Amino acid sequence: MAYEITLITTMAISVLFALSLNFITGFCGQISLGHAAFMGVGAYTSAMLMKAGIPLILTLPVAAALAGLLGLLVGIASLRVKHDFLAITTMGVVFLFVGIVRQQEFLGGEIGISGIKSSPLGREGFMLFCILLAAIFAAYSLMVKRSWMGFVFDSIADNEDVSRVLGIDVPRYKLIAFVIGTSVAGVAGGLYVQQFRFIGPDSFGFVESVSVLAMVIVGGIGSVWGVIIAAAILSVLPLWFQFIDDYKILVYSALLFIMMRFAPDGLAGLTNRLIKSLRKKV
Amino acid sequence: MTKPVLKVTDITVRFGGLVAVNKAKLSIEVGELIGFVGPNGAGKTTLMRVITGIITPNEGTVELLGKNLEGLAISKRIRAGMALAQQVVQPLREMTLLENVTFACGGAKTLNPITAMCSFNRDEEKDRAMKLLKRVGLQDSANREPSELPLGYLKRLEVARALALDPQLLLLDEPLAGLNQFEAGGLADLIVDLNRSGLSILLIEHNLREVMRICPKVYVQDQGKPLAFGQTDEVMKRPDVVKAYLGGV
Repeated sequence: MAYEITLITTMAISVLFALSLNFITGFCGQISLGHAAFMGVGAYTSAMLMKAGIPLILTLPVAAALAGLLGLLVGIASLRVKHDFLAITTMGVVFLFVGIVRQQEFLGGEIGISGIKSSPLGREGFMLFCILLAAIFAAYSLMVKRSWMGFVFDSIADNEDVSRVLGIDVPRYKLIAFVIGTSVAGVAGGLYVQQFRFIGPDSFGFVESVSVLAMVIVGGIGSVWGVIIAAAILSVLPLWFQFIDDYKILVYSALLFIMMRFAPDGLAGLTNRLIKSLRKKV
Repeated sequence: MTKPVLKVTDITVRFGGLVAVNKAKLSIEVGELIGFVGPNGAGKTTLMRVITGIITPNEGTVELLGKNLEGLAISKRIRAGMALAQQVVQPLREMTLLENVTFACGGAKTLNPITAMCSFNRDEEKDRAMKLLKRVGLQDSANREPSELPLGYLKRLEVARALALDPQLLLLDEPLAGLNQFEAGGLADLIVDLNRSGLSILLIEHNLREVMRICPKVYVQDQGKPLAFGQTDEVMKRPDVVKAYLGGV
């Protein structure tokens, strides 16, 4: 049973993490290749506070705030770039994060931080807590998608210049997407620390950024349900098949390539097309 | 005396050593339909970009209803009361025509992100969008996507979307470009109709035939400098205007 609990908890944390990127990339169309850095900020914040004796639940708002603050700074710096330039800028953030953390003794340097106490909620309780947070953010994402904010995000993702001509304060909305998405990634980082009770700089590097991007693209950019399913499946595949974990960057990059080539709208798009064709036949 | 809807004073734009616009002046009173013409390279589009805030001028001021627009971003200029239908049509491609216009109608709900996040109902905006599509003659294509439609339809969509912003001033950047004679005539008639309903319009256009037909007054700019302004039929007969267009014939 302990194995199943570990799997489900890992799934829930990955779903939360993938939905946080979906908010930025899927909803608002802002590509990010460095999203793991924000999870890392949340993870290190939470780990340091937990080592100081603060319970996990109190560390999460601080983790969210610091990750969101970094997200705001990166967002401001990225306002003038878009598409591939934005991807390169955000990729730089994750390399910068790993490079800085490696040099900091108080963050454990290369060795990382270990010896984090297990959750007082117990394994099952912590699993339910992770599921609850993922469910809350999924519900919030669905709500935003239905709202006028979702409508604005759709227009920005479609064409920023047109959005401006229609009176939309594009930088403001983009920053909001960045802050919300990166804050939630920070929370996912806090949960990650509690789950694995060890973190190192490589836990939040480029490979993790590509992995989470693969979850969003395989699920269907912008689709909440698609991303939930893709994140749930892709997060446990490395646990089921050792070779996927060994060749993670290769497997996930190949997956990205295949999806972008053959099904750029992901599982959600494939499902929609299937339903449409079935309806036509009926 | 009412303030002009748009007042452009001594706008100068330099790109390095090139003076694209030199001391341009322009004024539009409430309810006027003014043509803004000039040969290629006259600086018309550059001036339009200055008015909308895409380009910051080196000198000069732009006022909308008496308010100086200096330093305001495009979105704030639009919210201040101007709307733009662009020369190169840019529909939101993932949305139907109705959704395109509905989105533009939701200015009050998209002004503030918190309001936008807490607003869900689109019925009122949809109703208004449908009326606007009807006004520009696109009601039968409301639920079609832009990729399915020809240029003439998309030009009208640009106008409908601009009208959805409920502007005091409508800027039309070559709306007739790329249209055949029949389509251009129909859209020009629509522009006249909008103007008769009280809307102030600045029409940048290369199609002189339609400009002369529908615009009572016209500004002519050449090589970045204001060349002439006045009643269209008189201005277009002036030798310096003819020379600017035809090169001294």
